[in-house]
Amino acid sequence: MGLVLETKNINKHFHKPKDFHVLKDISFGVQEGEFVSIMGKSGCGKSTLLYILSTMDTDYTGELYLGDELITGKPQQELSRIRNMHIGFVFQFHYLLSEFSVLENVMLPAKKLAEKSHAEIKHDALEKLKMLHIEHLAEQRASRISGGEKQRVAIARALINNPAILMGDEPTGNLDSHNSENVFTIFKRLTEEQGLSLLVVTHDEDFAKRTNRIIQMEDGRIIS
Amino acid sequence: MINWKVILNIAKTHLLTKMKSTVTAGLGVTFGIAAYITLVSFMTGLNQMLDDLILNQTPHIHLYNEIEPSAKQPVAKYSEFENALNVVHSIRPKRSQKKIHNALPILNYLKKDKNVRGATPQLRAQIFYLSGSIELGGNLVGVDIMEEVRLSNIQDNIVEGTPEALKNNDNGILLGAGLAKKMSLTVGDRVQISTVAGDIFPLKIIGIYQSGIAEIDNIQSFSNLKTVQRILGEAENFVTDINIKLFKITEAPAMAEVLQRQFEIKATDINEANAQFETGSSIRNMITYAVSITLLIVAGFGIYNILNMLIYEKMKDIAILKATGFSGRDVQLIFMSQAMIIGIVGGIFGLLIGFGLSVLIDNVAFETEALPTIKTFPVNYKAMYYIIGFTFALISTFIAGYLPSNKAKRIDPVRIIRGT
Repeated sequence: MGLVLETKNINKHFHKPKDFHVLKDISFGVQEGEFVSIMGKSGCGKSTLLYILSTMDTDYTGELYLGDELITGKPQQELSRIRNMHIGFVFQFHYLLSEFSVLENVMLPAKKLAEKSHAEIKHDALEKLKMLHIEHLAEQRASRISGGEKQRVAIARALINNPAILMGDEPTGNLDSHNSENVFTIFKRLTEEQGLSLLVVTHDEDFAKRTNRIIQMEDGRIIS
Repeated sequence: MINWKVILNIAKTHLLTKMKSTVTAGLGVTFGIAAYITLVSFMTGLNQMLDDLILNQTPHIHLYNEIEPSAKQPVAKYSEFENALNVVHSIRPKRSQKKIHNALPILNYLKKDKNVRGATPQLRAQIFYLSGSIELGGNLVGVDIMEEVRLSNIQDNIVEGTPEALKNNDNGILLGAGLAKKMSLTVGDRVQISTVAGDIFPLKIIGIYQSGIAEIDNIQSFSNLKTVQRILGEAENFVTDINIKLFKITEAPAMAEVLQRQFEIKATDINEANAQFETGSSIRNMITYAVSITLLIVAGFGIYNILNMLIYEKMKDIAILKATGFSGRDVQLIFMSQAMIIGIVGGIFGLLIGFGLSVLIDNVAFETEALPTIKTFPVNYKAMYYIIGFTFALISTFIAGYLPSNKAKRIDPVRIIRGT
């Protein structure tokens, strides 16, 4: 099985307020269909790493590959397109567009991609919602649903363009144990049933232990 | 690669959920444009009216004999004094006749010119109006009344009687309104006039003339050219002035110069005679534009503020849009299109309201003795002003939207999502 995501010698400095070497020689890869979690204490640089991997942060040295393609050094316009097509993202805070309905939130990245007709996109979005058991919320305003539901909507949105990899920045960090369990089950099902690669930053040890691989970070280095 | 449908849909949703600020921003534009349209229509209407008041009474080119000293004094013609310094004291004006030499051939020549809409002869005579023992100084202008009606707005100024009545009456006079009032005379009465030579003639008042300019109405009356020639005891070719109307007013200065040289006569064109009115008009226009532009700039600041606030509010949405694959340019376009929608909708309403107010002003009664033909306020409905107003609305909203949207474009999604 090939690598979905690979990094070679990634280094990053924060320049403000003073020079600080956050990431030191990060090199690792994520296999197709692998469920990887990144753990480490606050401030060890795991979130920073995740945002570099997500292509949103471009201020680093080293090389980042998605599939076989070198991502490092591409212009912003193209990075936006790569994010749109290949990367799904789930955040700790659910970040839905509160003025739009649940369905519209899920459809938005696909509409941006504009590869399918409106009817097809709507059909896909309803499929994803059904898979996550929240299809009854489709017409609700995104601001009117509960936290657990919001996180599931966010996952549906991340999946709409059938990405190569799904990234999560503490996706369960803001949820109670019942909803955390729910999200974990969804993730597990996605890797097992659909062969989706997952890369999740988490503080939750129970969560991490049940993933395929744990990457432990300390002081900007991968220690195991 | 710009997906307008998605972008406009997001922009529309933002605008509709923030209806209050949208309306506030839109009203700023509407108010600015409406004020501009109203002001400019009213002001230029007024300008036009004042210009017409003066300019329609002024011929495009006026031919007459000027009383002036000879440009070349006789001593200059002596070849003996050619290289000497000649000093002439107490120069007097050259003695010349008031009548235009060869007036009738000149008139015929002018009437054949294809640039000329018409040329009318006039005879200006100094006279006294007699009222009992009182003598009022004034002018009597002999005109070809039907030609004047065709070429100028004299008909508008005849407040009583008709030009035809004057034409048909050999002893008729169109008395100045100020004179009629002073002497308590009305149509049908007789007025006695006395020439400078002392001859007294009775004339029948067949109409009242009111130009709106008191200085004219208090001294000037009109009569038939032949009547005045008879009063003065002159021949039929005795004409002191020729007034020319052209098809194109812009050709007046050049033509005046040609006529002046061709006929050795004084020819003044309309620009020379009315330079001060041009100045007045352009200053009034400047004031109108200054006020309107100020209003639109204020409206622009309103849009700028509201969009700025909206972008602060939507920081997280912007981050999420960028994280899910919208580029900085897409985000900028979302906010730009909001500004432009506000500009276009606000601008259209502004044009409509401006038009409505113009119509309202146009129907407000405005009667003044000075302007007998004006019944309501004058308004100028020129399509150009509507185009300028709308263009300016678009430009100002574009600038007002560009600056905040450029900020939205540059927002770093990582910083927002991480909350630093």
